[in-house]
Amino acid sequence: MSKMHVKLKVNGRQVEGLAEPRMLLVHFLREELGITGPHIGCETSHCGACTVDMDGRSVKSCTVFVAQANGAEIVTVEGLTNPDGSLGVIQEKFREHHGLQCGFCTPGMITRAHRLLQENPNPTEEEVRFGIAGNLCRCTGYQNIVKAIMAAAAELNAAKEAAQ
Amino acid sequence: MIPAGFEYHRPTDVASAVAILGRHGDEARVLAGGHSLIPMMKLRMAAPAHLVDLRGIAELGRIEIGDDAVVIGAMVAQHDLIAHEGLAQALPIIREAALQIADPQVRSMGTIGGNLANGDPGNDMPGLMQCLDARFALVGPGGEREVAAREFYESAYFTAREDDEILTRVIVPRPPAGAGWAYEKIKRKIGDYATAAAAVMLGEGFASVAMTNLADTPVWCEAAGRALAAGDVEGCVAAMLEAIDPAEDNRGPVAFKKHAAAAALRRAIARAQARRA
Repeated sequence: MSKMHVKLKVNGRQVEGLAEPRMLLVHFLREELGITGPHIGCETSHCGACTVDMDGRSVKSCTVFVAQANGAEIVTVEGLTNPDGSLGVIQEKFREHHGLQCGFCTPGMITRAHRLLQENPNPTEEEVRFGIAGNLCRCTGYQNIVKAIMAAAAELNAAKEAAQ
Repeated sequence: MIPAGFEYHRPTDVASAVAILGRHGDEARVLAGGHSLIPMMKLRMAAPAHLVDLRGIAELGRIEIGDDAVVIGAMVAQHDLIAHEGLAQALPIIREAALQIADPQVRSMGTIGGNLANGDPGNDMPGLMQCLDARFALVGPGGEREVAAREFYESAYFTAREDDEILTRVIVPRPPAGAGWAYEKIKRKIGDYATAAAAVMLGEGFASVAMTNLADTPVWCEAAGRALAAGDVEGCVAAMLEAIDPAEDNRGPVAFKKHAAAAALRRAIARAQARRA
């Protein structure tokens, strides 16, 4: 099968490459671009470890062909740090509240939390739990993940108010 | 899990998509959100040589709220169905059902057209569209035709759609003002297909009832609707239990499926009645 020319914007940077259309987005990010934040977990669109933002939506990059993503804007966990490279608010809150143990699900969790808080900046705990229902964590029991996201929402909202 | 290779097409209008399908016959498959097809391709249970992605066809992404009917383009994602305020006003049952499908990431990609056209008995939209008496627009080489949702499903994964046709739009008549509505899904966990799910619409002198994943096809039961329209809830449940034909699987034995079906239906009826204006 012939390769196609793929153009993406990833974490604000324009990237191009050649790929077979059947290549999955997660493989393109990891193997062609060296962006290893999106993890390959279940490969069956259940676990959410491969979650990235695609054109302002959370998607599971193990179930998107790079051909489908051609032309799209992608954000991975690497794109959620501050400009100086320090941890972004959501990342920092995961650290502070110990919202991870082994860390395998964390990039997907944080990327999903980022989009959730864009869609719903002031979620209830129940809305957070429903909003991360597509991300599995086999260590934490979710308690601290939910706490971290709630704390991130509070801090982001406080920063927004202070800016106004 | 790497799928077999394929040629990728991204046409920008329906006519071009139909032409590509016609050129490649059963070597080609339509790709909507891909959240049923891509998993099948990764398992190599499907290996189409050509994929015709509909995402470049802008008109398939629209939702139009008309006075008599709502028209939903095939590429409207479950996420869009949930987010659309006009749709939530006109047909709130669609949002209620869409929120019970899969998880947020899957709803970002999964489309109403794919959910309806795939013919998977586990999908939620087919039963809902039968309850709502929707029609599907199918475009093929000979032009466009419409098929009623209640006549579309033949058996698991077999529908009235021909291989060279594309399901482009869903036409949903608006229910009478004040009608009560509910979509109730019993499932083992978030993201799962229904163990049993019920779609109920009811109002003055009418009712419509359909169920999901309890037979090879969705089950819209006229007798159940008639009983419910007359206020006979138990008659409605009894008629539906006659109409369904569940099979034993990892969601439970037949007796349990029937028990869950009755529970889902009763809950949906109670909620629809409470919402009736």
